Amino acid sequence: MGKAYDRVLAARSADKISIQDLVAGITDDFMELHGDRAYSDDPAVYAGIGTIAGQPVTITSIQKGNDTDENIERHFGSAEPSGYRKALRLMKQAEKFNRPIINLINTPGAYPGMDAEYKGQGYMIAQSIMQGLKLKVPYISVIIGEGGSGGALALAVGDTVWALEDSIYSVLSPEGYATILWKDSSKAAEAAEQMQLTPKELLDNEIIDKIIPEVKDAKSMQNFKEALIEKINELNKLPKEELLAQRHERYRKFN
Amino acid sequence: MKNNKSEETKDLQALMDKVPDHLFIKCPVCEENFYNKKLGEYKLCPNCGYGFRLGAQERINMTVDEFTPIDSEVSAPKRFLSDEKYAGKLEKSKKATDLNESVQTGFAKIGDTEFALGVMDSRFIMGSLGTATGEKLARLFEQATEKNLPVVVFSCSGGARMQEGIHSLMQMAKVSQAVSDHAEKGLLYISVLTDPTTGGVTASYAMEGDINISEPHTLIGFAGRRVIEKTIQQRPPKDFQRAETLLKNGFLDAIVKRDEMKSVLAKLLAWN
Ligand SMILES: [Zn+2]
Repeated sequence: MGKAYDRVLAARSADKISIQDLVAGITDDFMELHGDRAYSDDPAVYAGIGTIAGQPVTITSIQKGNDTDENIERHFGSAEPSGYRKALRLMKQAEKFNRPIINLINTPGAYPGMDAEYKGQGYMIAQSIMQGLKLKVPYISVIIGEGGSGGALALAVGDTVWALEDSIYSVLSPEGYATILWKDSSKAAEAAEQMQLTPKELLDNEIIDKIIPEVKDAKSMQNFKEALIEKINELNKLPKEELLAQRHERYRKFN
Repeated sequence: MKNNKSEETKDLQALMDKVPDHLFIKCPVCEENFYNKKLGEYKLCPNCGYGFRLGAQERINMTVDEFTPIDSEVSAPKRFLSDEKYAGKLEKSKKATDLNESVQTGFAKIGDTEFALGVMDSRFIMGSLGTATGEKLARLFEQATEKNLPVVVFSCSGGARMQEGIHSLMQMAKVSQAVSDHAEKGLLYISVLTDPTTGGVTASYAMEGDINISEPHTLIGFAGRRVIEKTIQQRPPKDFQRAETLLKNGFLDAIVKRDEMKSVLAKLLAWN
């Protein structure tokens, strides 16, 4: 088995720290906020306001479950349009109150269900991307485990995108890639080798800006928290026009 | 069973080889067979109004009065061409379409109204969103922003370009950003979603228009039908991911028949 596929397995591991534990670890205090203000509240999207070193921040995330029941409820970390609507609503709120945004992402992709299509999965991802790129506050995204396709990108168009050591970010799952290109989903390991989905390769390709040592104890949590504080302080100092100009350049350069 | 079927296919093929120009066509939507002359200049099914798929140039010819292409030479970056299979696919697509990428961009006129126009071509690797596709579209929006012109994009796409991996995904952000800059200047963007518009294109610029319109029975979706069937273990109904369903659910402004597209665009461009 190849090295890239080991990373895929590690990214998906049940031992991976949960998003809620991560949020509890980096914030002094946190309150979850619910609802898309249209019709629903998607449990795959965990979001709210908290403070980090006294500074209020908005955190939105896509989370998997810790057990079967939670995983069923959260579609194994796959958000529905309602989830993206909730996340976008809270990101816009952060902009209104001039709070930095931190997005934590662990999703195999947006939920491929019938109802999700009826309720505009494509439209909501598109809007999250387009409006997210223009938010006038510091916007940091971190791939925590899986960063699957457009469903991950929807929350990853900020000023900087980081990835935990054991994470992947790709245009689709290695299984899906193997199915489409070789009509054989069992060739996922081979696919993973080709897809350049590991943090190191993502960093080399400037898809991400930083690799964060895997958060698995108090020390690594503290390290992650300090990296966030440092980046928030740095981005807070930039005039809005400069912040947006730098973000613009970050996405314009992909040619 | 399998044998029988291939025999049948062979017979049909033999029959079709004798009939000049494949005289009869089957509509993929209503499954009606009809004489190909009945397709007419707009290539519409005479029974249900479905518009058969068009190449980019064909679409441009029937929709606008004048067209000047830009960035025609832009094609997939060299760093991807070491993948021989992919390089071969690109070559084949280039020959089949006379294009260097899955979108043709340029400046167009209907009457005296000038606008920027992008038209995707589904024959070019399924109209997938390659890095160069994204680059051409981003430049189109940027130039339109500079020249204070509205933009019309006809999308049709199978989604991301798998062979370019994560770089394809980044195009969704790059193009969306250019759409957004254009919008901030108060300029109009009309997105026309044509058959089929799926995946990352639906989840970015195709769904970012001030006005999003489509043609009858167009397939529009984010996730692929097979993936959905596998996930939910049931078969979606026939009208699933069709323009009429999206209109009913509130995701399209209008469905416009192809033979009326030009006059509708002219009207919308004049009003904005
Ligand atoms: Zn028909």
